[in-house]
Amino acid sequence: MTLNISHVGKTYANLVRALDGISLDVAPGEIVAVVGGSGCGKSTLLRLVSGLDNPTQGNVALDGDAIVSPHEKIGIVFQEPRLLPWLTVAGNVGFGLADRPKAERAERVARQLDRVGLTDKANVWPRELSGGQAQRVAIARALIMRPEVLLLDEPFSALDAFTRVDLQDHLLDLWADTKPTLVVVTHDVDESIVLADRVVVMRPQPGRVFAEIEIDLARPRDRQSAAYDFAKRRVMAALDRSLERKATIDDRETTSDHGSAMWW
Amino acid sequence: MTAAEPAALTGEQPSLARFARPALGLALPVGLAILWEIAVRMGFSDGRLVPPPSRIWATLVELAAAGELQRHVGVTVARVAAGFAFGVAAGTILGAITGYSALTRRLLDPTLQALRSIPSIAWVPLFILWLGIFESSKITLIAVGVFFPVYLGVMGAVVSVDRKIVEVGRVFRLSGAQMVRRILLPAVLPAYVIALRSGLGLGWMFVVAAELLGASEGLGYLLVDGQQLGKPAQIVAAIVVFAVIGKTTDWILSAAAAPFLRWEDRYGAKS
Repeated sequence: MTLNISHVGKTYANLVRALDGISLDVAPGEIVAVVGGSGCGKSTLLRLVSGLDNPTQGNVALDGDAIVSPHEKIGIVFQEPRLLPWLTVAGNVGFGLADRPKAERAERVARQLDRVGLTDKANVWPRELSGGQAQRVAIARALIMRPEVLLLDEPFSALDAFTRVDLQDHLLDLWADTKPTLVVVTHDVDESIVLADRVVVMRPQPGRVFAEIEIDLARPRDRQSAAYDFAKRRVMAALDRSLERKATIDDRETTSDHGSAMWW
Repeated sequence: MTAAEPAALTGEQPSLARFARPALGLALPVGLAILWEIAVRMGFSDGRLVPPPSRIWATLVELAAAGELQRHVGVTVARVAAGFAFGVAAGTILGAITGYSALTRRLLDPTLQALRSIPSIAWVPLFILWLGIFESSKITLIAVGVFFPVYLGVMGAVVSVDRKIVEVGRVFRLSGAQMVRRILLPAVLPAYVIALRSGLGLGWMFVVAAELLGASEGLGYLLVDGQQLGKPAQIVAAIVVFAVIGKTTDWILSAAAAPFLRWEDRYGAKS
């Protein structure tokens, strides 16, 4: 299913213009990463696509079907796991399947838990999970609904570096099962390049699309390769220009500058 | 088999703690009672106005033997139960509605808050005029006492449910009723239990007020009767019975709720 974002703008009631004239088409199975400085409206954009909020101009559509409220084909994973503390891990994963027969629900929950490697945690309360485990449960809860589009809002930003890399690979592995469309909002340039087919760089005030960069690298991607490094420098240079600061990164230069990857 | 083993092993330790912990809490009141008993026995005081524990116990036994104690306790418990039921029902429904809808909150809450600031005992003459001096006026007074903490607790809890959790419900496209049942109710349950417990506490307070102001049976009547006939032992006995039943009903309430709150992640929660 194609996701069409056309001329979308969002002005809040306090007249803050968060987004202006965003147009983006995402093909089925494509992975798009949205990056940008803080306050560029990337999370706002994701909320509009999810149907949790509505745009004030333009519209979002999934195969021509306008998105004005949460849609059954669109799942979302937030920055925080947002698990329901009164349900066990299995209860949380099966939350969206309440109307299905018990046997089917149990079977799908077991399969999904197995897929995220948390079978042994099925009957545990969310409070007993680590941050990475909790976010895996949140991903399982979204994927069990078999979404055509999965939105992820800085899903791994609260996790430590090792867990983050681990979950990025895990997410790609899960994606390969059914190849849903993924839209990942992130402020981590590495994350965008590991995951995405296309990186959309946004600029702030009001949020607009500044650049789109195709990442034409074979998966699994080698985080150490020269091609990866080159793609990363292109994205970072675009980010720098989007913030209208003096370019600190020359995207033609060949020496890598890892320290600047964390400039925000 | 192997799973049962650690449970049996650890089963020993908590049972010890189960006796040790309440015992510590009993040390102060029991110690004071013993000291007073000794003081009276040694003749430091005649214990006429403050009867020693043995005399209170004797009064209780006497009342129980005559069947009086059971009758009074039964009447009082029935009044609290009825008042508590009405108060909780009204408090829960109104609290949930005003918590859920900002419009009804703006409409109803100011009036209810104004009514809350009236000392509830002030209603007694009016309730007696409206409802007579028998059960209805007493139960109404208790229900009024129970209503406010429950109403406030439920409304406050519903209003402060985490928006992020509610959004999860929206993402899964829950209907209004499903949202209440699957998100809001479980989320407010811990606060609801606390509201019920403070409501019950006020219920016990108000049953005394109701029974002091004209009753022919009930524990409050025992208080008045003891005062009028100069029987301090009977007054203290009734107070002790109030304390015991109040504590017991509170314990029953929290024990009944405990299985539903095992998920809680809070300071002081047992694992």
